[in-house]
Amino acid sequence: MTQTTQAGPPAPPGLDQRLDWVAQVQAVRDVGDQAAFGALFSHFAPRIKGFLMRGGSSAAFAEECAQEVMATVWRKSHLFDPGKASVATWVFTIARNRKIDMLRKERRPEPEELTWGPAESPSQADTLATQQESAKLGRALADLPDKQRALIQRAYFGDLSHSEIANETGLPLGTIKSRIRLALDRLRHTMSKTD
Amino acid sequence: MPQIKHHLTDNLLLAYAAGTLPEAFNLVIATHVSLCDDCRAALAAFEVLGGEVLDDAEPATVDKTSLAATLALIARGDRAEDPPRTIPSGVFPAPLQDRIGGDLADVRWRRIGGGVSQAVLPTSARASVRLLRIPAGARVPDHGHRGLELTLVLQGAFRDDTDRFGPGDIEVADESMIHQPVAEAGQECICLSATDAPLRFRRLLPRIAQSFLRI
Repeated sequence: MTQTTQAGPPAPPGLDQRLDWVAQVQAVRDVGDQAAFGALFSHFAPRIKGFLMRGGSSAAFAEECAQEVMATVWRKSHLFDPGKASVATWVFTIARNRKIDMLRKERRPEPEELTWGPAESPSQADTLATQQESAKLGRALADLPDKQRALIQRAYFGDLSHSEIANETGLPLGTIKSRIRLALDRLRHTMSKTD
Repeated sequence: MPQIKHHLTDNLLLAYAAGTLPEAFNLVIATHVSLCDDCRAALAAFEVLGGEVLDDAEPATVDKTSLAATLALIARGDRAEDPPRTIPSGVFPAPLQDRIGGDLADVRWRRIGGGVSQAVLPTSARASVRLLRIPAGARVPDHGHRGLELTLVLQGAFRDDTDRFGPGDIEVADESMIHQPVAEAGQECICLSATDAPLRFRRLLPRIAQSFLRI
């Protein structure tokens, strides 16, 4: 793990920690493992709550929303795919949608889902690559100068309007984009062959 | 998949990933992403970033009973199964069909002059979204913007001072832009267009019409 010299934010979770989360979600899915859920809860619930409060939610709203998000993590554990997302990414999307539901009473329009063919478990290689990418991005975010990191955070907290958000984050998102793009191309290729 | 030349900007994709945009924009963006692998990949990257920002957030102390309350929630509910969304066949991508409750044939058009018809779709009030149907070769009235306007082509094509926009292309226009889109000859053009400010027509008559036609 890269050491940053700045005092302040603790090092972002490394690959091992992320693989632990994946195993914990799978333990919840497979055997309803309460200890594994407890571990996920103690890491993510306070962060969901903190994230929402930083975005302007009251403590009571943030608490209720965090509980609902974590309940959804349990209920949808069978839908989590570690070849496509890290647990942090997945929790983030659940929290975002839950907040919009609760706050605006509207259902967020979501893109058409791609048919990923017959449900098959993701390959070890896909899982590893996806978890690794998110660890790398987490580290890159932590390594940004404070001012720049704060701007990105504000964009996600909703403090910036879309026009105030910079088009360049200064983060290596290009590598993630191209990896996902390649996976989509592969998928389209298989789909057109099976058609 | 259509050949898409005009894409969403990164700042809009980030704001959509963050969930901070009005519903009307969310609908146009979700519809474009349904058609565009480049923007789908970029969106996924911004969701990864969102996960990292969440993980990096200052943890807040949860209630003492928080875990127990969550386990009770889980015990009470069934497994939440979203009804599987069937990928529709038809002209419109799924998010738009969801909103209309049907496809192109089910749209209830209202004429707004010049042969142009529109259908305003219900959303929250922070921004509005409409379908526009422009006869081949016809003009959309000359207009400027006070806010942001996203226009996604679903069928046919239009041209304006900047370029040609075909199926799947999205035009991102801001207040600096005054344009006069013209539908290409040959096929009627159908667009999905969202704006966070009323369009400002540059001639008097459309401006009067605007006040009661909700355009």
